[in-house]
Amino acid sequence: MSQLIARSRDQRKIWALPGGIHPAENKQRSLQQPLVDLPLPETIILPLSQHIGAPAKPLVKVGDQVLTGQPVAEAAGAISAAVHASTSGTVVAIEERPIIHASGMRAPCIEIEPDGRDQWVPLQGCEDYRELDASTLLEKIRAAGIAGMGGAGFPAAVKLNPRPEQRIHTLIINGTECEPYITADDTLMQRYADEVIAGTQLLAQLLHFPQQVLIGVEDNKPAAAEALRQAIERSECKKVLPEVVEFPTKYPSGGEKQLIYILTGQEVPSGALPASLGIVCQNVGSTAAIYRAVRYGEPLTSRITTVAGNGFELERNVRVRLGTPVKHLLYLHGYKADMTSRLVIGGPMMGVAIADMDAPLVKTSNCVLALGHSEQPLPPPAQACIRCGQCASVCPAGLLPQQLYWYAQSQDYERIQAHNLADCIECGSCSFVCPSSIPLVQYFRASKGAIRQQAQEKIKSDRSRERFEARKARIEAEEAEKEAKRLARKAAANAKKKAAQEAAAEKGVAADAESR
Amino acid sequence: MSLMRITSPHARAARSTASVMLLVAAATLPGVMALSWCFGPGVLINIALAVITAVVCEAAIVRLRQRPLGFYLGDYSALVTALLLGIALPPFAPWWLPVVGSTIAIVLAKHLYGGLGYNPFNPAMVAYVTLLISFPVAMTQWTAPLALLSADSESMSLGVALSQVFSGAGSLDGHTMATPLDLFKQNSTLPVVDLYQHEPMFAAAALAGAGWEWVNLGFLLGGLFLLYKQVISWHAPIAMLLSLSLCALCFYDAGSANSGGSPLFHLLSGGTMLGAFFIITDPVTSAVSKRGRLIFGAAIGALIYMIRSWGNYPDAVAFSVLLMNFAAPFIDYYTLPRTYGHSKPRRATEATD
Repeated sequence: MSQLIARSRDQRKIWALPGGIHPAENKQRSLQQPLVDLPLPETIILPLSQHIGAPAKPLVKVGDQVLTGQPVAEAAGAISAAVHASTSGTVVAIEERPIIHASGMRAPCIEIEPDGRDQWVPLQGCEDYRELDASTLLEKIRAAGIAGMGGAGFPAAVKLNPRPEQRIHTLIINGTECEPYITADDTLMQRYADEVIAGTQLLAQLLHFPQQVLIGVEDNKPAAAEALRQAIERSECKKVLPEVVEFPTKYPSGGEKQLIYILTGQEVPSGALPASLGIVCQNVGSTAAIYRAVRYGEPLTSRITTVAGNGFELERNVRVRLGTPVKHLLYLHGYKADMTSRLVIGGPMMGVAIADMDAPLVKTSNCVLALGHSEQPLPPPAQACIRCGQCASVCPAGLLPQQLYWYAQSQDYERIQAHNLADCIECGSCSFVCPSSIPLVQYFRASKGAIRQQAQEKIKSDRSRERFEARKARIEAEEAEKEAKRLARKAAANAKKKAAQEAAAEKGVAADAESR
Repeated sequence: MSLMRITSPHARAARSTASVMLLVAAATLPGVMALSWCFGPGVLINIALAVITAVVCEAAIVRLRQRPLGFYLGDYSALVTALLLGIALPPFAPWWLPVVGSTIAIVLAKHLYGGLGYNPFNPAMVAYVTLLISFPVAMTQWTAPLALLSADSESMSLGVALSQVFSGAGSLDGHTMATPLDLFKQNSTLPVVDLYQHEPMFAAAALAGAGWEWVNLGFLLGGLFLLYKQVISWHAPIAMLLSLSLCALCFYDAGSANSGGSPLFHLLSGGTMLGAFFIITDPVTSAVSKRGRLIFGAAIGALIYMIRSWGNYPDAVAFSVLLMNFAAPFIDYYTLPRTYGHSKPRRATEATD
C-alpha cells in the first residue's frame, strides 16, 4: 500500500489514498437552489428495516392514531434501531410494500395516512447536555432511532458504545461526500454548521474526550469547510475544538476505512471495526441528528436529500420526511420519464437503481438521481477480460479484481476467498475503468452471496450432524444401560438360584443327618 | 418507458479494448518505419499478409462458434497479434510463412483456448516458435541492412520484393547477412573490440549493429509512448531490460572472444525492445500484480541472456516469453498484493474454510 504523504491545506499530515478514480463531479448543478422543506406526501411508508441489523418490531396496530415523532417500532435486539412516525396521522397498514433495494423486493412497512396537521408528540429536550452522563446520552440517541445517514445505516447508539477496553483516541466526523452529484452533506454543513459542531462536541463527551477530533471534508467543498471553521470559533464550548481537515478530492475517500487511512494513516484490520483501533467515525448528518435528539428530544424523522440528474427539470437539495414515496419527489421536480434511463437512489457509483416509484425514502437515502440516456449511457455488452490491470490500479482496497472476476466466473470460492473478496467495499471503481465494460461488482456481490449461502448450509449441516451424533450416543447409552440392567438381573437370578440350591443342599444334609 | 434496473456503478469512463489495441498498433509505427527504412519493404509485405490472414481466420472461427462477427472482430486483437508476428518474421520470407504463422497464432494459440483473454501463451510467440522449429531455413535468412548491400546488388523495389515473396523468383543471395546476434554466436576467435572493427555490420553502426539498432530504438520510442499513455505499466519492461543488462554485465568477460556481448549490444539487437514493450506486456499472458510483473520481466531478461549466450538459438525472446507464460499462474499465486487491513500479502494457495 503506497504511503504517499501529502499536506492538507492547513499543513496537517494526511495520507494519500492508493487507487481511486476521479469521476466527473456534477455537484454545482444541485447547489444553485436554496434548501427547502418538501410538502407532506399523500402517504408515508416506513420500512421496519432502514438500518443494518435486525428489523424493528412494530409498536402500533392498524387504525392507531400517531403523532409526529411517536415511536411506531422499537429496536429488536442489540444491533437495531427504532422507527418513528415522520408526520401525524392514522396507521392504515402494516404489511409488505416495495422498498429501495437492488432486487426490487418488498419488505414489511408501516403505512401512515397523514392528517395534514403534523402534530408533534411532546418532546423532552435538554438544555445542557454536559450535565448528562454517557449512558443517558446513549439512551436518548437510541430512542431517537439514529442510524448512519451517509449511506450505510449502522445504528449510531451501537457504534458510540464501544467495549470498555477499547479506549477511543480519535473521533472522525465524515463530511467527505465523495460520490458525484450528491451535495446533501455539503448543504447541511453550510446551513447547519453550528449543529454539526455541537453534535461533534457531544460525541466527544460521550466518548470520554478523545485526543483528536477531526472533521474530514474534501477540497471541492471550500464553503462547507469555511462554515464549519466559523462555527467552531463561534462555539461556546471550548473544551472540544474539532479540526477541519481538507484533503484532495478522490473517489472513494468517503468510505469509513478509506477516510480513516487518509486522516490517520492507520488501516482498520480486516474483519474488525474501527473501534478496535480506538477510532470512531460518524457521518455529519448523523452527528447533527444526534445533537437535535439530545438537545430537543427530536427523533429522526427527516433528512436532507439531493435531487439531481438530467431527468429532472429542477435540481436542488430538499428536506424530506422519511417514508416519502419517491414518486412524490419526482413530480415536484419536473421528472421527465422519457429522458430518464435509470432512477438511482444514492450516488452513481454505489446507488441502487429502482423501477417501482412507490418505494419510500429512508434514513440512508441521500440522493435521488434521474440519469439521462446520454448523461450516463448504459454500459455496452461485456467483452472478454484481457487482464489489462486497470481495475487493480484503481482498487482502493489493494485487491486484484481481474483475479476475483476469474474465480467468480468459475465459482471457485476457495480461491476467491484467498484473494480477500471479503475486503471488497463494492465501491465500483474497477467497473468504472474496465475497458471491456465487465460488470465486476455484480460478480463480486453474487460470489459473496454464494459464499454466505454455503456458510449457512455448512452451519445447518454441522448442526444436524451434531444432533445425529448426540442421538446416536444417547441410544447407545440407553442400550448399554438396558444391557447392564439385564446382566444385573441375570446375576441376581443366578445368585438366588444358587442360594436356593445351597439351602436345599443344607436341608438335605440336615435331613440326612436327622434320619440317621 | 420502463426504468432499467441494473447493478451499480451507473457511471463509466473507460477506454475501450479496441482503443487500447489501436494504441498498441500505433505505437509499433516508429519501429516498423525503421525496419522498412533500413531493410526494405519486406516487413510491410509480411505484416500485410499476416494481418489479412489473421482477420480471415478470426472471422471464420467466430462464425464457426456462432458468435456475432462485428463484436468479436471489433476489438482489433487479431490485428495486433498479426502485426507483432509480421514484424518478427524475416523480411522477404516466402508468402506462406506469415500466412501459416498467422493461422497458427489465431486458430491454435488463441481460439482453441477460448478466444481473447483465455489463451495461456502469447499467440504471436507460439506461431514464431512453431515456424522456427518447423522451417528453420526460411526463418533464419535475414536480409542485410540496405546500407551494407554490396555494390552489385541493389535494394529491392516493391515489385521485385513481391515477386520474390510470392514466387521465389530470383534469389536472396546477394541480400542476406547474418544478424549481429548470429555474429556473436558464431564468433569464437576475435575479441569484441576486433569483432566490432572487422565486421561491416558493426563497423557501419553507431551503437550495436547497423540497421538493427535503429529498429530497436524505434520500438523503444513506441514503448515509451505506450508508457506515457498508460496503456502498459513500467514493471515488466524495465525489469526485463535491467535484468538483461545485468546478466550481460556480469558475463561480459572483459570483451574476450567468448564474451556474450555488452549490455548495450543486447539491449539494441534482435527482438529485445519489441519484446520488452510489446510482447511481454501482453496483458493476457503475463503476471497480474506489480510484483508479479517485475519477477516475470526479470526472469525473461535472464532467460534471454542465457539462451542467447549458451543456447542453440541466436535470439531468444520468443522462447523466454513462452517459458515464462508457463510460469505466470504460479507467479500469480505467490505475488498477491497486500490488501487493506491485512498485515502481509496472502498466498492464493491458502486453504480457506
